Amino acid sequence: MTRSVIELPVSSDDRRIARLAALAIGLTLAEAAIPSPVPGVKPGLANIVILLVLLQVGWRAAAWVSALRVLAGGILLGSLFAPGFWLSSAGALASLLVLGAARHLPSRYFGPVSLSVLAAFGHIGGQLALAGWWLLPGAALFKLSPLFAAAALIFGAVNGVIVARLLAGPAPSGGQSMSCIPPSTP
Amino acid sequence: MRLLRAGDVSVLLAGCGLVIALTWWAWGGDRGDSAVIRAAGQVVKTAALTHAQTVSVDGPLGTTRIEIEPGRARVVADPSPRQLCVKQGWLTQSGQAALCLPNQVSLEIRGRTSAYDTLGY
Repeated sequence: MTRSVIELPVSSDDRRIARLAALAIGLTLAEAAIPSPVPGVKPGLANIVILLVLLQVGWRAAAWVSALRVLAGGILLGSLFAPGFWLSSAGALASLLVLGAARHLPSRYFGPVSLSVLAAFGHIGGQLALAGWWLLPGAALFKLSPLFAAAALIFGAVNGVIVARLLAGPAPSGGQSMSCIPPSTP
Repeated sequence: MRLLRAGDVSVLLAGCGLVIALTWWAWGGDRGDSAVIRAAGQVVKTAALTHAQTVSVDGPLGTTRIEIEPGRARVVADPSPRQLCVKQGWLTQSGQAALCLPNQVSLEIRGRTSAYDTLGY
């Protein structure tokens, strides 16, 4: 009897990304339970985690957490490879690209609120672009675009303020979230 | 570290501007929902502006081709010498019209409410 052992080395970075992705997935699931008047309008709570990862770890880690969140969220919600999954992917991708460009803005003037609002617009922009091109080509979608943009502005700003509060200092209630991102060890 | 920095305010204002512009663009004005095509004064075809199609209408000079897309319509090709109706480009608003007079073909956009009771050309 031969025993083959496949060893996959797990670095501390992998563990950290897995932990953060779990947090983002948890928020995605919690959010899916919130009823929404218009499909697609959601607070985007997982973006809080993505933004924290971006600011404290880096863009690559944020991209990993985002991709894992979309994939695992799709599996857990039963929407893997369904239209909603692709919309989510398109939004996450566009939002990451926007964040990749926006993080080079001078941080003296542009804080987490800017990044969050821009990411939210990127998110909804990516989703609308895919939906308009693939799912619902036609004028109907554009009639709803002001609603989506307004939601992105409001939720983006709120999420940004939450991120700024979490970064400013661990509040009693925010301490737990902060502990999920340990100081990076070189 | 302050929660809101100078750039954040400008980003928020730009976001508000975008929302307002989108609102004006999507809900403002009276966007048409159907196209009325006439040849020699007679209605040849009334088409809803929902899906893309091309309509060919024959006039005294030749064939006028009209293209309809979701939310807009235009005259693509016309045998008229000055090409005025082709140069008008896409029509989106209710009440807009492109007239190809030499070929006696017209394309008019209609909405839920019409801006005029009647128009004499």
